[in-house]
Amino acid sequence: MQLHEYQGKALLRRYGIPVPRGEVATSPAEAQRVAEALGGTTWVVKAQIHAGGRGKAGGIRRATSPQEVARLAADLLGRRLVTPQTGPQGQEVHRVLVEEGCDIAQELYCSVLVDRQAGKPLVMLSPAGGMDIEEVAATTPERIFREHVDVLLGLAAFQARRLASHLEARAEARRALQELLPKLYRLFEENDCSLVEVNPLALTSSGAPLAVDVKITLDDNALFRHPELAAWRDPHAEDPLEVEAAKYRLSYVKLTGNVGCIVNGAGLAMATMDIIKLAGAEPANFLDVGGGASAETVANAFRILMADPNVRAVFINIFGGILRCDVFAQGVVQAATQVQVKVPVVVRMEGTNVEEGRRLLATSGLNIIVATDMADAARKVVQAIRGGRA
Amino acid sequence: MSILVDEHTRLLVQGMGREGTFHAEQAIEYGTRVVGGVAPGRGGGAALGRPLFDTVAQAVAATGANASIIFVPAPFAADAILEAIEANLELVVCITDGIPVLDMVRVRRYLEGKPVRLIGPNCPGVISPGKAKVGIMPGHIHLPGRVGVISRSGTLTYEAVAQLTARGIGQSTCVGIGGDPVGGLSFIDCLALFEQDPETEAIVMIGEIGGTAEEEAAAYVAQHVSKPVIGFVAGQTAPPGRRMGHAGAIISGSQGTAASKIAAMEQSGITVVKSPADIGATVAAVLAARGGK
Repeated sequence: MQLHEYQGKALLRRYGIPVPRGEVATSPAEAQRVAEALGGTTWVVKAQIHAGGRGKAGGIRRATSPQEVARLAADLLGRRLVTPQTGPQGQEVHRVLVEEGCDIAQELYCSVLVDRQAGKPLVMLSPAGGMDIEEVAATTPERIFREHVDVLLGLAAFQARRLASHLEARAEARRALQELLPKLYRLFEENDCSLVEVNPLALTSSGAPLAVDVKITLDDNALFRHPELAAWRDPHAEDPLEVEAAKYRLSYVKLTGNVGCIVNGAGLAMATMDIIKLAGAEPANFLDVGGGASAETVANAFRILMADPNVRAVFINIFGGILRCDVFAQGVVQAATQVQVKVPVVVRMEGTNVEEGRRLLATSGLNIIVATDMADAARKVVQAIRGGRA
Repeated sequence: MSILVDEHTRLLVQGMGREGTFHAEQAIEYGTRVVGGVAPGRGGGAALGRPLFDTVAQAVAATGANASIIFVPAPFAADAILEAIEANLELVVCITDGIPVLDMVRVRRYLEGKPVRLIGPNCPGVISPGKAKVGIMPGHIHLPGRVGVISRSGTLTYEAVAQLTARGIGQSTCVGIGGDPVGGLSFIDCLALFEQDPETEAIVMIGEIGGTAEEEAAAYVAQHVSKPVIGFVAGQTAPPGRRMGHAGAIISGSQGTAASKIAAMEQSGITVVKSPADIGATVAAVLAARGGK
């Protein structure tokens, strides 16, 4: 789960990490009031969406009067902002963050994440702030400094000192960073984050650090022990079908093609998408019904697929292990009575109780195309799309 | 021979709820030596004709168990793994999915320097066909034989195994290492074990998008594996930034793409299968090219 910038900054504040003063607003009038209350002579208006690349896309604007803040907020709110990370459809802006303008002398980059290869948390600091860190890593890797953290100890003081020592900065700035880094690590660990990225982490002309932007991703699997953070979820920032699927414990990701997929198991679901593509079509989604799927789960999966107007055929690929084929087939039959299935459905089933499953489908009177294996199913589904209704 | 589990495996089941009991029963039916269960609060009782214990230490003392399979729910699963590691079991298999990543980071730290092998979490487990099944895979699709299988996914592994069995190609051991970002045994650990196993003659490696485990494994194969390796990578069509079911299956930035993994595998001399429908046929061709040894 991703946090919005204003939510991330609220967390930073709790850990004593300095952020620019500011408030979130949902209307131009509110944005203007925030600017007036902050005072000063310059403000920044920042669109709150779950994607990076906002600056270049016009989602971060400077203003020199509270009236201008209102105008910029009016322009951003309700707009679909398209950045390199949102996809072509963009993301609608529901909130803006209005902050005081700040004096920035130097921009750093700082992040904490789990290094999968090492199986350890990793703190990274770089003088190349404000830039795409992937690009820095590719072109000038020597400008990124790293410390792996022993999770039983936390980020040790000497490690924070070592990180700060790499920077060309004033002594007081280094000292401030030595204090800031362990706080940032504690925030990461105590809130079960997958990523905390402060970019840029500014140094003001007096050498004080200031977190100008922050991206925080939380580990979905750990949300059960952070109910307060879980309640920060912004359903508007997510695809409505994905929100619906999550309610039924289906793992669903909407894609742009027209072959809807229902599969058990994440690896097989990805392989199914791949074989659709190899056969010359594009998957409309990733959908894993999981191991313990009931007839009802299957019906819900169908409902979600049918709600996607792009879907012109459905590819069901089930390898029955724990999930028995006969139970799954009952679900398909039940789904067809509850949800109007207007497109051809190709079913490939294998594994536990497959004979009974196939018999149930064959005698159901449904318009189902039975396939013998994955390749056969992919061919048939592409045929069904090209030939229109099967 | 085989790797990790065989007829000498004395298995403990941690978490004897509905799922744990069901799969313990399946394992017993397959012929696995299940020696007891751990179910806090039910110690002294019995299930499936096996004794139940409150703690792993008690169970090990009473039964001489040397392996454990964990079905404990996600919020408590990491603790169950720690308990099994502390008891010095040779092998711990964690089936549970949805464990917080930082919990697994702590488990990995505790595991350092201990003579315990962890498989998973979020995995189907491990099976040595005809000998022992320590997992949730359907036993009947397997066939004893000489091909080792390593995979990050569950049902896709069953798919690959079924394709092998359909061609009469048996398996020495099939290991599902799991789809989480941080876990126990890696591809490399399993490759090393299969390379050492005289009964394994070829290795099938099934990866997926996310992380760099396949790239590292490919580099290892080039250096240290003499047996033929056949590889597949799921998620060639997955878009970046979206998690494909498994917590670990996500392309972040330029890292973790199928293209990068496939390129690394090909460079290392691994025979890469493009279509998931061709895994069995490709293994058959590779074995035939070796002269049916």
